[in-house]
This record gives sequence, structure tokens and C-alpha cells, in this order.
Amino acid sequence: MTGTRQLCTFHVVDGYFGIPVEQVQEVVRPQPITPVPLAPRVVRGLINLRGQILTAIDLRFRLGLGEPRDTANLMNVVVRTDDSPVSFLVDEIGEVLNVDDTTFELPPETLQGSMRELIDCAYKLEGRLLLGLSTQRTINLTETASQNQDQH
Amino acid sequence: MSDDIVREFLVESSENLDLLDRELINLEKDPGNRGTLASIFRTIHTIKGTCGFLGFTKLESVAHVGENLLSKLRDGELALNPEMTTALLAMVDAIRQMLASVEAVGNEGERNDQELIQTLTRLLQGSAALAAPAPKSEAAAPAAASPVAPAAAAPLEPIAVSPAVSIAPPLAELPVTPAPVAPAPLADAAPKSEPKPDHAAEHAAGHGPAAPASESAAQSQARTAASESSIRVDVTLLDKLMNLVGELVLARNQILQFSNATEDAGLLAPSQRLNLITTELQEGVMKTRMQPIGNIWSKFPRTVRDVATMCGKQVRIEMEGKETELDKTIVEAIKDPLTHIVRNSVDHGIEKPERRVAVGKPAEGRLLLRAYHEGGQVIIEISDDGGGLDADKIRRKAVEKGLITPEQAARMGEREGVNLIFLPGFSTAEKVTNVSGRGVGMDVVKTNIEKIGGTVDVQSKAGTGTTVRMKIPLTLAIIPALIVTSGGERYAIPQISLLELVRLDGEDAQKGIELIQGVPVHRLRGRLLPLVYLNRELKVEDEAPDLSKLPAVNIVVLQADERQFGLVVDEINDTEEIVVKPLGKQLKGIKTFAGSTIMGDGRVALILDVLGVAQTSNVISENRARAVVEKDAESAALHGERQTLLLFAGPDDAHMAVPLDRVGRLEEFPIASVERAGNQEVVQYRGEILPLLFLSEVMEERRNRTRHAPSPAKSPTIDRLQGIVYSGDGKRVGLVIDRILDIVDETIQVKAPPSRFGVLYTTVIDGRVTELLDMPTLLRVFEQNRASKSQRERVEV
Repeated sequence: MTGTRQLCTFHVVDGYFGIPVEQVQEVVRPQPITPVPLAPRVVRGLINLRGQILTAIDLRFRLGLGEPRDTANLMNVVVRTDDSPVSFLVDEIGEVLNVDDTTFELPPETLQGSMRELIDCAYKLEGRLLLGLSTQRTINLTETASQNQDQH
Repeated sequence: MSDDIVREFLVESSENLDLLDRELINLEKDPGNRGTLASIFRTIHTIKGTCGFLGFTKLESVAHVGENLLSKLRDGELALNPEMTTALLAMVDAIRQMLASVEAVGNEGERNDQELIQTLTRLLQGSAALAAPAPKSEAAAPAAASPVAPAAAAPLEPIAVSPAVSIAPPLAELPVTPAPVAPAPLADAAPKSEPKPDHAAEHAAGHGPAAPASESAAQSQARTAASESSIRVDVTLLDKLMNLVGELVLARNQILQFSNATEDAGLLAPSQRLNLITTELQEGVMKTRMQPIGNIWSKFPRTVRDVATMCGKQVRIEMEGKETELDKTIVEAIKDPLTHIVRNSVDHGIEKPERRVAVGKPAEGRLLLRAYHEGGQVIIEISDDGGGLDADKIRRKAVEKGLITPEQAARMGEREGVNLIFLPGFSTAEKVTNVSGRGVGMDVVKTNIEKIGGTVDVQSKAGTGTTVRMKIPLTLAIIPALIVTSGGERYAIPQISLLELVRLDGEDAQKGIELIQGVPVHRLRGRLLPLVYLNRELKVEDEAPDLSKLPAVNIVVLQADERQFGLVVDEINDTEEIVVKPLGKQLKGIKTFAGSTIMGDGRVALILDVLGVAQTSNVISENRARAVVEKDAESAALHGERQTLLLFAGPDDAHMAVPLDRVGRLEEFPIASVERAGNQEVVQYRGEILPLLFLSEVMEERRNRTRHAPSPAKSPTIDRLQGIVYSGDGKRVGLVIDRILDIVDETIQVKAPPSRFGVLYTTVIDGRVTELLDMPTLLRVFEQNRASKSQRERVEV
């Protein structure tokens, strides 16, 4: 049962990630962000996408890849959810890749932290690894975000 | 009888007839489909029932035989054959023609349907032997619609009649007045027809194969459709439209800004037109979401009847302002609270008939629902003419339950007392009845109403009844809001919570904010207003700002749950109509925000939840006795603990004070303007003659001195009198004093007995012993002096 799937890929710090294209509504250039005080730290704020207000989650921080930085240059990957769409803030947008299911492997047990929680699988591409991100778990801050929150 | 009811009937019937056509055809293809049969039966039954109410007897008689035939088909006593289908379709056509005639000329027209009726009857009697003798239809039908002969003659199925029977009693109980015109009660009865589909559905469910519930739901929905020219639209589509219009408004604003800046006439004209169209479009889309409150009220006659029957009471329900429109989401939100109050009123408010008669009221209680617009809000009142609330009993109970202290209870007035019923934990009723006291208390009603930005309070007069009054915003989607800036970001504060804005400049900024154990307060007209720093609440700034460095302090005075507090913000911008959008689920847990909105420049701003801010900043405690604190403060004020006093220097530089609320104005009267009227010094003041009261004259120790002893005499350089225009007992006098010192808010702590006549007590204010004047006594003496003097003078003359 081999097949291919299409992943929308993007870069966060030195990581290369992908989510299934059917979960991505669109990719938007950097938007003005209104910060939300008192919100979990991974929520960088709200953006206005053609009249729809989206919550923007900083993937750098969500994945534990470092401190959030200036949002001015961050790209938005708008993903569909059961609720309203959510924007993932990423450093750079990659291409849409067709990946073969055979290249698929579960992430190693040694992977730690929020990365461990949020990564579904690793695709072994030529020369690099593409990490498959679970959008469901990434947007769900109630269970997993508690450790990210209030650290500072 | 209102034309509206007839029109509604026409619209609904024509929809139903179209449905019938389709279903009869389907049925012919699939005669065994009992679901379709049951649905057809219900539809015909509804038409027949409504015809009866409205007095269309010819229509009714035709529908009636058709219904009988259908009931046999449904019960499996007859099998559908083409002849029957034809006859039934002919019946549908006949009904349609009659309806057309009703629409055109107001009656069914001259026609003879005997043949059709006979055909249907003949088909029906194919199984006549099986037909049980039926109660006469007169028993079921309302008096207004005496059935015509064919209907009465046709053997009636008990099944067909029973729903009608169960509907009849509420009608009988609802005569508004002895109606000279038969259809008059129908105006009241109209909402009654609502339960019918339910009856029919229950009925269908009870016998034979039940129609799926969803089908009957769809049916009743079909019935509530507004008019022939209306279509049903998915609310999510409307929401989407609303969103798009919001966007359009923003784009419009940007274009307007641009066109104003460029002053290009070619652009200006179309952008103005765009402006107008957008505004109209916005209003139009808003309107699509509006629903008359009658939509939810229509269920209440039934509710009232059920509750009343259960409690053995007689209650008449009246409605005013059914057509008052509210946003759909609000209509949904107030449905349960309203139902609760209505049930409560019938269950607890209105007395049993015996008791009512004993106290001289009509046996039948009256429940009045009123809705009307007032100041951009909708007011809904639910009044009963029952026994009223017993404030003493409520206070006692609140004390028993530990919701308030006995001292608080003792200080509470009637009105505060009855409003205790909204306290959480209060309404686990003394006697849990079947009807109310099922755990949904009045506090839930209050919470739900407040959730949508409304308020609720209750007024009651023992013996004469209770009124629950709700103030509800028209819509939640677009609200007026005050935009403020804090920590460099804008926030919107719903205007409904806004009381006033206070700006303290320069020195006032430092003086105006005091600390009680580190907690900042501001004195606002004699009351302490707790202050909350928005920056600190939002954790965008940890420390309270250094007041000495701020050029000005902006305080937004807000009301949350009957408690006032001042929100200190960096800047107050403007008021704007904002479109409220919910927050994503990642942010739902933050109590401080009620939602978000998009500002004119396209950026997002957060909407503050005033209640949430008040709670997180501990201005109000989360649950218990939230109203009580304020009441405490109020009664303290009443007891004269805190007062705003006007401080002045009287004769011999004595410090004196009078309550500021009695002071009309501070005036200077030129000595030259003082005239004498009789023996009295007066001045002309704003078109009236103001007698002057020289304190030195009436107060004990100065009495023996000359009348013209006041300051001018002592310091001849002064050519003006300092006066306080004081009102008391409906009279005004000019109180002549030395000079004004200050206005202070004082909590009088040190009290000493009066030092002399005309003084209420002495106390220490600003480090000086001050006499608080007993103005009523002084005024009385002043009056007496005048009288006695004039008498004396008369004697002398």
C-alpha cells in the first residue's frame, strides 16, 4: 500500500517541516499582528485575514526551537481547524512536495520535548529529513502548552 | 381579527398545499410508505384546524372529509387506490381555490363542493363498518366555527378529533373580553395554534409507524416561514455576509480616507456613493438577522396554561410589542431566562383563585409581557398581578443562607431586598415545586442576561404584583465601543458598561489618586472609586505608573455588576461601532477579553470584558454576594458616614460646614444689590427674591449684636457678600458667610456634641474644629424671627 502524499513545507530555525496540503487553507505574507496579553506565550497575537480574525501561533516557540523573535518577517501558514482557522508563524515557506509513503518513518524515541509531541513522522528525503507536523496537536494548547507557558 | 393571522395562514397553507401535491404523488408511487402518509395527514389536519379557528367553514368541511379518509389510510383500514388519490388531489385543488378567493376577497367565495365531499365520503365509507361512532365535532371546534352539516354528518374518527379537543381548552380560557364579534379571541388564540404540529406529531407517533422526528421538526419549521415572498437562509451564510460587509466597510473607510486626501473630484463622487451604499448594505444585512420577539413569546401561552393547570390557577397572558425586533442570537439567548421568569410568575407570583377572590382581585390572574425600544436597547417586562415578593422574607432567607449579614439586611430597602433573589445560592426554593425550583435559579437568569450585555431587575409591591424588567442590547454583532490605548495597543470597551470618563491633569493627576494600603482609589464626587491599571491587568507593565511623571491620568469609569470602578488607561481615543468577533479556542480561557474586532486601519483590536476585568482585578468577587458590597457602601452613605461638605469660614472665622448636596450655587452679592423687603434683607437672584440669612444673626452668641454686624461692617473694604444659595424644605435662602474654604469628602469619625445652638455636631476637618450646621433648625429660627419681627414692627406701628 504505497502511495504519495502532498506536503506543504516550511522552515523554522534549522528544522524542515511539512503538513498535508489539504489542511492548509493558504499561505500569507507577513501580517500586522495584534498581541494578546495574558495569552499563552506561543500565541503571538491576532491577524486579520480578509475580515476573519485568526490566532497566530509561533511555531518556533511552539516547537521549542528558541525564543520568539520579531514577527515582522514571519510567514503565515493558515491551517484549517474544526474551529476557526489558525495561522502558524514560520520563518520561510518551502515548496509543496510529493512524498512517498515508503520514506515515512516514526520519529526516534530520543526526540524530546514538545517536538516529540508534535511530530507525527519523519520523511527521509534525499540529503535531509522532513518532519511531519500534527496540526491537531499543534493548535491544541490546553494540554501541551502548559509547559511552554509561564516559564518566564 | 388581525389580517396578519389570515395572511400568515395563507402563506403557510400554500406552502403546505405544495407539499401535499408532491407527497400525494409520491404516495401513489409508493402506497406503503407510512411516513409519507403520516406527513400528509398532519398537513391536512393543520389546514383544517386553522380553517376552523379562522371561521372558514367551507374550507374546513372539505379538509375534514379528506382528513378522515387519510386517517383510515394511515391506520391501514383502507388501501390507497388511484381514485382516492384523484379525490384527494381534487380536494387539494379545491382548498387552493378557496384560499385564493380568501386572499382576493376575504372569503371562500360561492361554491359548491358537495360533489367532492360526497366522493370523499363514499370512498371513506368503503370501510364504514369499521368506523367507530365519534364525538360530535361541535364539542371540539371553537364556538366561532360551527361546522357545517356535511362535516357533522360525516362519521368522525376519534383520532382525528382528539388533537382538536386538547387545543380547545386554552382557547376557551383565553377570552380577552366578552367578545361581541366571534373571531375576536382569535387574536389571542393565534399563538395557540403553534402547539398543534406537536400534537399532530405526538399523535402520529402514538399510532402506527411514527414519522421520524426530524420530519416533524422540518414540518413545524415550514410552518413558521414568514411569507410567500420569503426564503429560508442558513444563518452561517448570513454570518458570512456580515463578515464580508464588515470588510467592505473597512475598504470603504480606506478609500474615503484616500479620496479625501487626494481631493480628486473624479474619485470623490464614486467614493461618496460607495459610502452610502455600504452603509445601507450594512444595515440591510443587520436586518436580516433581526427577529420579532413574538417568535419566542408565541410559546408562552402554552407554557402558562400548562403551569397554571398544574398549580390549579387561572392565568391570562397578554402581550404588548410582539413585533419588537432583536438579533437572532439574542432572541436565542433570552429564550430560557424568559421562560424561567414566566414560569416563576405563574407558579410563585399569581395566587390561587380562592385567595385572589378573597383579597378582592379577579379570580383570573394576569401576566403581561411587554417589549419596547428605549435608547438603543430593548426593554422586556414581565409583570404579574400576583401577591408580590415579600422583601422581609427574602431578606431573612438571604441571612439564613449566609448570603448577607443581618446588619446588611437591616439596612436594605424594599427594592434592594427583592433584588436579593438574584444572588447565587438564593433560589434553591423553600418549596421545590414541579415547575420552578428545578435548580435554574434567578441568578442563572441574571448571569445569562448579563452575558449578552443586558441587565435585569425586579420591582415588587406586596399584594399587587411583581415586574421583572430586562434591558437587552439590540444586537451583539455590532456594538458601540470606546477605544482606548494601553501599552501601545488599542482595546475596545463596550459602551454599555461605560459610565463616564475622568481626566486628571497636572497636579490633579498626583492629588486625585490616593492609596489605601497600596490600593489606588479616586474620589469621584464623594465616593471612593477603586482604580484598576489596565497595563498592570494585562501584564504589559508591572508597576503602577509613576504618577508624578504623568502629565495626565485617564480614568474610564465602568460599571460591572452594579459595582463601579475606574480603569486607568494610557489614552482615550474615540467611540466607534465595532463588529464583534469571537476569539479562537486557544484564547477562550482568558476572562479579560470578550472578543476581538477589526479597526478602521485593518488591524485587530481586543474587546475588553468589563466583568472579566473586574473579576480578575478583584473589584468584584467572583461569586458570592456580589451586589452586597455596593449596597453596603450605599447604606453607609445614607447613614451619613461619608459626606461631601462645603467648608467655609463663618462669623469670627469659625470653621463651619454644610452638606454640599443642598448647596445650589456659590454666589457673590454686591453690597449695593442688597435690598430690604419689609424687615428682611434680600437680593434679586435669577428672577426670584432670595432672602439673606446672616449667620451672625441667627446663631446664639451673635444674636444680641446688631443686625448689620456681618463682615462688611468689620472690614469696610469689602463691597461684596459671599453667599451660599442653600435649598431646604422647598425654600432657598442666601447664606451669608465670610469666605469659602474648601469642598471635602469626609468620613466623620470624631464627633463632639454641638457647641451651641444651630450646630448639629462638631468634628475635626483638615485639622480644624469645624461646626456642622443644623440647617433645618437655623432655617426654622430664621423664619420665626422674621415672623416675630414683622409682628413686633406691626405692633410698633
